[in-house]
Amino acid sequence: MSTPENKTNGTPRIGVYVCHCGINIAAKVNVAECVEFARSLPYVTVAREYKFICSDPGQELIQQDIRDGKIDRVVVASCSPLMHEATFRKATLAGGQNPFFFQMANIREHVSWVTFDKEMATLKAKALIAGAVMRVARHKPLEKTRVPVNPDVLIVGGGIAGIHAALTIADSGKKVYLVEKEPTIGGHMAKFDKTFPTLDCAACILTPKMSAVRSHPNIILWSYSEVSQVDGYVGNFKVKVRRKPRYVDEELCVGCYECIEKCIFKKAKFEDEFNIGLSQRKPIYIPFPQATPLVALIDPETCTEFRTGKCKKTCVDACERKAIDFQQKEEIKEIDVGAIILATGFKIFDATRIPRYGYGKYPNVFTSLEIERLVNASGPTGGEVRLKDGGKPNSVGIIHCVGSRDINTNRYCSRLCCMASLKLAHLIKERTGAEVYNFYIDIRAAGKGYEEFYDKLLKEGVHFIRGRVAEVSDWTMTADEEGKLVIRAEDTLIGVVRRIPVDMVVLAVGLEPSADADNIRRMFNISCSYEGWFLERHPKLAPVSTFTDGISLAGACQGPKDIPDSVAQAGAAAAEALALIDKGFVELEPNTAFVQDEFCSGCCTCVALCPYSAISFSADNNRASVNGALCKGCGTCVAACPSGALQQNLFTDEQIFEEIRGVMNYV
Amino acid sequence: MSDINKSDNGNFEPRIVAFFCNWCTYTAADLAGTARMTYAPNARVVRVMCSGRLDPQFILMALREGADGVLIGGCHPGDCHYQEGNYKTLRRFTLLKRLLLDMGIEDKRVRMEWIAASEGDRVQRVMNEMTEQLKKLGPLHLEPVSIDTIHKKVEESVAQAEGVKI
Repeated sequence: MSTPENKTNGTPRIGVYVCHCGINIAAKVNVAECVEFARSLPYVTVAREYKFICSDPGQELIQQDIRDGKIDRVVVASCSPLMHEATFRKATLAGGQNPFFFQMANIREHVSWVTFDKEMATLKAKALIAGAVMRVARHKPLEKTRVPVNPDVLIVGGGIAGIHAALTIADSGKKVYLVEKEPTIGGHMAKFDKTFPTLDCAACILTPKMSAVRSHPNIILWSYSEVSQVDGYVGNFKVKVRRKPRYVDEELCVGCYECIEKCIFKKAKFEDEFNIGLSQRKPIYIPFPQATPLVALIDPETCTEFRTGKCKKTCVDACERKAIDFQQKEEIKEIDVGAIILATGFKIFDATRIPRYGYGKYPNVFTSLEIERLVNASGPTGGEVRLKDGGKPNSVGIIHCVGSRDINTNRYCSRLCCMASLKLAHLIKERTGAEVYNFYIDIRAAGKGYEEFYDKLLKEGVHFIRGRVAEVSDWTMTADEEGKLVIRAEDTLIGVVRRIPVDMVVLAVGLEPSADADNIRRMFNISCSYEGWFLERHPKLAPVSTFTDGISLAGACQGPKDIPDSVAQAGAAAAEALALIDKGFVELEPNTAFVQDEFCSGCCTCVALCPYSAISFSADNNRASVNGALCKGCGTCVAACPSGALQQNLFTDEQIFEEIRGVMNYV
Repeated sequence: MSDINKSDNGNFEPRIVAFFCNWCTYTAADLAGTARMTYAPNARVVRVMCSGRLDPQFILMALREGADGVLIGGCHPGDCHYQEGNYKTLRRFTLLKRLLLDMGIEDKRVRMEWIAASEGDRVQRVMNEMTEQLKKLGPLHLEPVSIDTIHKKVEESVAQAEGVKI
């Protein structure tokens, strides 16, 4: 931005521009009346209306009035400042005036879209215009400060979204820190056998990307690690990462499995997290054969050495490279990054929350994720779909929308379960030849090749029953229900209640925000939706950025997403990060606090209030002073200053007082 | 001032000044707009970056300028964009409430709400509720006070505040 101009002298001359926004505003607010009203306000020399002020000709109106010397301050009454403040500041600057001689009145989101009565809407719009006019009359020219951007990027979460974003950024030559809390990257996708609708093998398309991450010279991969602290601001974040001890040296271990073979536990007997408890592992283990990094780790909860200190430590002897280190301690890494991408994923809905479906009660009721492991060739059964007793199912019922589209659990649609269920139906039928019944509310197959996949399933002879399942039980009525699980549902297409006896029930569980989503978003200072999904800056126009500059979102942490959508969003997030880094600097909003020395009494009330330690006290002159680079512009200190010595740019006491007078005194 | 606001024919439309923080409540109000949630048009929103910026003077000033009520909106505890500004607001607000009571201003005229950026429906509900409450209370009439009364009130307040910690 070029040096801001200040062409004001004496009495302010304010131009008020009231936007129709097509009919978005004009249908509820009498725009002509507002313009007339604006003309009656103090300092207003020009008042105009226009269909779309944000359009080029609309902005030109403002610029021309400034150039003609008719006005030196601008009020635009249109949409929210969160939408177009930047646009109109630029227009003000392009007209030749300091961009901060501008104020917006939000008469769309806060008036026309939320008010029923036209007269009341017009009245409210007038009040907001008056507030903006009175306020802008007290505005001062300000300058944005530029700070350099650190070119390194932090990506939190090593699922497919995090992996894709990391590779994109690293390929451009920038350095990436990829932090994953699990011992391996890969996320949920690593657990899948095939992906819909193409039936690509998930491992075949994912593992090359995982190895690329591992070998990329620009990616520092910290698995089994969590971000513990985030400070700083866009372009200059300071992040602490806690690296949990694996008790195996990552540099030395080559993933040869010798230690695991020689562990004093001859048989694996502890729940295998990667296989969701469907198999067992030893205290020293590698999550799965393609784990990245391919490094063993020891679970201190189950390891005899950690529990008793009296283990023979056969693993240590087995390791030729001497990689095992029982003394390994947690490590805190401190890094500086310019941009952050959150790709922290999701968790599946806990099926025990719907007891009538019998999960946890009947052994042959599985979640869809468990079936993903069972159909996976590298899973606990080598790809065989087996009942708990080892038998082969002859009939399988898949219940859609478990925990989704239900006011008792989650109201939203989890988006991918329809397609995932169709995929599992295909795979189960292919592997076992069983009759497969899908119980659905609606089939949502909106995606490239998705409807075609649904068609294919219909032709394959998979059964579809439209109706929400009432219950799954082992209570039998007829001989052929004996020993089976009976799914009871109303078939809404034929209007009868049906009882379908099956050997196996699959619950297509929905997606929920990951268990630590709340901690993560607090640490990174971003908002979430009612359900806990991370909130994007704008649902349509900024679906990847957040309200915290420099932090963007990728994948299912923002809402349920399948693999193609997660990858697409990860690419977008990478582009956002690269755009920020490549620019090389950020301009900071000049709404910082400042001390008026002549009024400061040196009481230090402000010093302790600042969460960013931006205020310091100098004993030499008995005055406080604000470090503009550290101040983030909340204004808490300003409100607390007993002598009014502290003020906040763009939010001075005077400006706020005038806005209050404005909104109250003219209508 | 408009006739609509202070007519005595039972159609009293209260006027509310709402101070909303930029990151949570202002955004929630925008969301209410995007979702076309219609609500009472009685509040005029003044945007601040953080509810922590709210000097109690702003609330007093709004009442003096003719507001029948003041609404303060900030991020939920723990969610402040500036870490803890809303806690500071909460403390000031608690003190201010006592002062307002001493001034004879009814409790329900000044309200504080934590509204997250995703809670557009809550903006709608709070706006409607508060408008209804103020309609029941009627217009705020601030009586002119003599300097002696102020001195007396201040002494009373000081006596009341003795030993109180917030």
